[in-house]
Amino acid sequence: MTEFTPVSGLIGGMMIGLAAVLFLLLSGRIAGVSGIAGGIVGGRAGEFGWRAAFVLGLIGGPLIAAAFSGVMATVTIQTSWPWLIVAGLLVGFGTRLGAGCTSGHGVCGLARGSRRSLAATILFFAVAVVTVFVTRHLLQGA
Amino acid sequence: MRAIMASLFCGMLFGAGLAVSGMINPAKVLNFLDFAGTWDPTLALVMGGALIVTIPGYLLVRRLGEPLLGGTFHLPTRRDLDPRLIGGAILFGLGWGLAGFCPGPAFAALSTGHAMVVVFVVAMAVGMVAFHVLAERAIST
Repeated sequence: MTEFTPVSGLIGGMMIGLAAVLFLLLSGRIAGVSGIAGGIVGGRAGEFGWRAAFVLGLIGGPLIAAAFSGVMATVTIQTSWPWLIVAGLLVGFGTRLGAGCTSGHGVCGLARGSRRSLAATILFFAVAVVTVFVTRHLLQGA
Repeated sequence: MRAIMASLFCGMLFGAGLAVSGMINPAKVLNFLDFAGTWDPTLALVMGGALIVTIPGYLLVRRLGEPLLGGTFHLPTRRDLDPRLIGGAILFGLGWGLAGFCPGPAFAALSTGHAMVVVFVVAMAVGMVAFHVLAERAIST
């Protein structure tokens, strides 16, 4: 059970949107996390620096938010480690195959009006909803 | 160097937004996906909040001829719905539904030092490298 937090959700969402707009304004690129991180291994030479810097920023961001607010964000993991590994492999492989994740297709692609991103976003949300229904309600016998 | 600093700053703002919005917590994401159970609508507001900024922001930025730090805009141009896009979105949706982590929040959650986050991120990196290796092989044969 998690609490519905509309105000912090909206503020945090706007911060994510602002980060994406600034990234396009400054560097001319889409702030898609799977593409940025995936390119660390498969990207062109000379791109390692900015890609690694973005990922380091992602890790540092919550620490800065905690320094301002005085509260560290909670992370509750309910999935067992074998399933976490399966999920990680699927997320890593799937986002590269499908050329995007929640940030690249979801936030940035929808804002550009891309039909590929719209299709991908609808599909991964639908599959995730079905997956949660199966694991939480059908298999758990709840 | 300026490009690296810009990346670091945007990544930090993005990561801070994930923490503030609560999306760094996979339990909150799984509850959004759980319409039949303990539904938490927060994710919809996060997505909405981001789009309120990116839709007008992108329109304004794309009026510029080039990015402020020089070079050109790197925007996708494809419009076709190919099997890779569809297959990738399905595999990603499965993994996302199993763990509640997508790439951005998974990296951001590393900041908590939670060992299970490391397990997920290592597996995710292996999945990305596996795709790269297979894609290279597909090109060379």
